[in-house]
Amino acid sequence: MKRAELKVTTSGDRDLVMTRVFAAPRKLVYDAHTKPELVRQWLLGPPGWSMPVCDMDVRVGGKYRWEWRKDLGGTTMGMGGVYREVAAPERLVTTERFDEAWYPGESLNTLVLVEQGGRTTLTQTMRYESREAREAVIKSGMESGVKASYDRLDEVLAATATPR
Amino acid sequence: MQAAHRLDAIFAALADPTRRAIIARLASGRASVTELAQPFAMSQAAISKHLKVLERAGLISRGREAQRRPRRLEAKRLEEADKWLERYRRLWEGNYQRLDALLEELKTKERKPR
Repeated sequence: MKRAELKVTTSGDRDLVMTRVFAAPRKLVYDAHTKPELVRQWLLGPPGWSMPVCDMDVRVGGKYRWEWRKDLGGTTMGMGGVYREVAAPERLVTTERFDEAWYPGESLNTLVLVEQGGRTTLTQTMRYESREAREAVIKSGMESGVKASYDRLDEVLAATATPR
Repeated sequence: MQAAHRLDAIFAALADPTRRAIIARLASGRASVTELAQPFAMSQAAISKHLKVLERAGLISRGREAQRRPRRLEAKRLEEADKWLERYRRLWEGNYQRLDALLEELKTKERKPR
């Protein structure tokens, strides 16, 4: 099967929109976004990270808390928010705020799942508080890539350094 | 313009549906202001305003031919904006490929209920 393509586009002044098709009914895609034991299996970011904290109280007004840890070095990153809308299995609206703000304010994230012929189209819209916040997020894609490379370089250097 | 500010200008320019339609039209070749205004229920003055925004962002430029001054797409600028998004995209693609694998597992489990 041809691999599904992830599309990332900007919309209006403050939105970032991701679209991706999954070869599964939307009930399963929804479960994978709302059951902590499933979420922590795939929402891991760059290679070498795990997700030790994944608390989710999936109901309107309920909170969620996610924490990632880099296996090597133990760097941690945390974020959380509140469920604003919960409509299984098609729609989930949450707020998102990182512990260490790498963009100003918080974002309002809307997940929409549409099923057709056993396949599910996922649309994830992130609405930021300002255009500047959105630009910060887009640019971070590069920074984290660069950082990951430097981290790998650190590892290589550590491995090749020979004691005198 | 600094790279960061130029990027802001590009995304701001692309935020408008009319301007995105103009970009799409120019992707298939140069066009005069009159030609560009045709598909829209808009005055030439309104279209000219949109063109100015796109020009300031460096996304389009105008030709020299005296009367027509056809606009053309500056593909390089568009690629610049695309590159940023591409990096963000790659970060998420890793997550979604893991989700693909997980969904396959879940589907198999559903087919074989205990």
